[in-house]
Amino acid sequence: MKSAARLTRREDTVAERYVMSIDQGTTSTRCILFDHGGRLVSVTQREHKQHFPRPGWVEHDATEIWRNLEQIGPKALAQAGIGSGEVAAVGIANQRETTVLWDRHTGIPVTRAVVWQDTRTDMLVEELSRRPDAYIVEELCGLHVATYFSAPTIRWLLDHTPGLRERAERGDVLFGTMESWLIWKLTGGPDGGVHVTDVTNASRTLLMNINTLSWDDTLLDFFGVPRAMLPEIRPSAQTYGVATRVMPGVRIAAALGDQQAALFGQTCFAVGEAKCTYGTGSFLLLNTGHEPIRSTHGLLTTVGYQIGDEPAVYALEGSIAVTGALVQWFRDGLGLIGTAPEIETMARTVDDNGGCYIVPAFSGLFAPHWRSEARGIIVGLTSYITKGHLARAVLEATGWQTREVVDAMNADSGLNLRTLNVDGGMTANNLLMQFIADVLNVPVVRPMVAETVSLGAAYAAGLAVGYWPDLEGLRRNWHRAAQWLPAMDPALRAREYDSWQRAVERTFDWIKPHEE
Amino acid sequence: MPGPVQSIERAAAILRLLAQGSGRLGLSEIANSLGLARGTAHGILRTLQMVGFVEQDEATGKYQLGAALLHLGTSYLDVNELRSRAINWADALAARSGEAVRIGTHLQGKLLVVHHVFRPDDTLQTLDVGVLLPMHATAMGKVLLAYDANAAAAVPDGDLEPFSRRTIRTTKELTRALSGIREVGWAADVEETTVGEASVAAPIRGYGGLVVGAMGISGPIERLCDPHNRPRPDLVTFVRDAARAVSRDLGAPRW
Repeated sequence: MKSAARLTRREDTVAERYVMSIDQGTTSTRCILFDHGGRLVSVTQREHKQHFPRPGWVEHDATEIWRNLEQIGPKALAQAGIGSGEVAAVGIANQRETTVLWDRHTGIPVTRAVVWQDTRTDMLVEELSRRPDAYIVEELCGLHVATYFSAPTIRWLLDHTPGLRERAERGDVLFGTMESWLIWKLTGGPDGGVHVTDVTNASRTLLMNINTLSWDDTLLDFFGVPRAMLPEIRPSAQTYGVATRVMPGVRIAAALGDQQAALFGQTCFAVGEAKCTYGTGSFLLLNTGHEPIRSTHGLLTTVGYQIGDEPAVYALEGSIAVTGALVQWFRDGLGLIGTAPEIETMARTVDDNGGCYIVPAFSGLFAPHWRSEARGIIVGLTSYITKGHLARAVLEATGWQTREVVDAMNADSGLNLRTLNVDGGMTANNLLMQFIADVLNVPVVRPMVAETVSLGAAYAAGLAVGYWPDLEGLRRNWHRAAQWLPAMDPALRAREYDSWQRAVERTFDWIKPHEE
Repeated sequence: MPGPVQSIERAAAILRLLAQGSGRLGLSEIANSLGLARGTAHGILRTLQMVGFVEQDEATGKYQLGAALLHLGTSYLDVNELRSRAINWADALAARSGEAVRIGTHLQGKLLVVHHVFRPDDTLQTLDVGVLLPMHATAMGKVLLAYDANAAAAVPDGDLEPFSRRTIRTTKELTRALSGIREVGWAADVEETTVGEASVAAPIRGYGGLVVGAMGISGPIERLCDPHNRPRPDLVTFVRDAARAVSRDLGAPRW
């Protein structure tokens, strides 16, 4: 990626300064430098190992991730040909909910980090959900009890590691999601490290009160998590401290969960603005303003961002488990295509789905259904169906799942989505983007910088240190790279949606309780 | 019509042999299996090695099928794959140049637009993907004519369709223009399609250096060209750097 640095026009010679983002993701960690125009200047990346010690368990080595950052941080600066003195601030976007516990005195993690995908707490979650006072969780934090949020994981680790609870109660063992871990390490670790988290990450723990934005004693009691191990909750954009390692002297000025960072990078600053990131799974977040909106349609209430001392901005989140993953399955599981983009070529060999629908409930359905017992189906098969029709059905599944989430958002928020901002790898697929515009009946817009997660973290950090003056300044950096306008006949849309919904119903109740 | 060429038959037999079993054979094994003299087998293997169809392991001296042979059937690049691999670089080119970016491939004597990034000024623009443009009157089309033999073969002899006063009219004139493009490595269209519009394009190369598409910017002549109607050098550099970056990602050799 050296050429990225070479391509840069050296026009800002007067105050040549940059903002760095660290995107600590599920499979890799990336460092990106942005210039004042929000343009990408250099990119470095390093993957980390995925550990699967038992079925359903997924772990990361937090020390390995830290070492990766120690490598790629300086490399990003070298590629841009600058020193850390030219970096105005660094912001962090991170995989959400993944739980790290470490020893405050040695800086060594007490176990491997438990990743959000890990389902070891399923029995515990079952048990907790059955408690008569379980209703209080959603009321206080806006989320239901589920395996991928942090609190059940912390509880499980405290229960299953001898002596750990005592150490946690004494404050000798600290908890954090990835941003907390990295900020603590960057600011000195055992030697004066700052132990903080931001509101968006804290909102995914099940331990933060969604209204007061502070740790809630009732929730701490419910999950049995000692307060002494928790980081201090801070705004998403604020100087938390100054790095003493990797990039000495640089201010660490922002942290956001990756999906919230994408919302920020897409500059969805106004109530009713929404973005959807299309990756392996897809996440649609809608800015709902300063009031948390309770969902009655299967969406999550979460914090979108908080700038300094300003009131927090809330979001509704719709998570779709399988979108890009269905294309990967079509490629790797069925072997019908050689690369993911070829799905568009194959889908274009036919004019429609031929009456065929694929509902990818591979591990149940997420928003808005939340049916863990559902399993995937292909329906409408006739001898007429070719692989081209299947390819269409694969892409349409992503479109219809988006439609279901948007319908739920419109119903919960009372707002009608007017434009959908998209990012992520699948936005290169024109057939899919047009289909999404068609089934949502709103324009679908792709911004010029596809790296919205990293950009969001950079924006928040730059805002905190005055590198960018205000949200309006950030909006001016946003440019439309492509737009798809709805062009589907309303009657056809209604008929197809009905067929999709009937297909979804047929996935329900497949797994019987004794089979799991 | 002459009879079969013996050395090609023998070369084919060697390749078939290497494609079987473990795929690593020594010179004697190959010569013995096919009943060839060692010298003959060695000569054929050396030639196959030169064109990349056979590789020799340095440590053991054994021969195996070469990478070039394995990629022979896949040099065709899916246009959606091309877009997917180019999208970040196309965005960067639009951001840096301030102009609309397009990527095109050859389709039956026309230029097919496979990717389009809007000019970053947020005015109303419509996606051009799927549109067919003339080859001889566009910068992208001329790049493909200059570097892609299949595309060049699809142009009929005789007079070319004029779109403006400046459109290239004859195949003779076109041939001269194409050799100039091959010399400098990029192409321009100054008011050859539309009066007041210009475009600049460079080749995208895939595996083995084969040209698989063209990438370029287009816009008003007063922004793309200097007062003498020559494309601005800084914009040409942006276009060439971006096309080169995509080529590198596609596995083209550095050039």
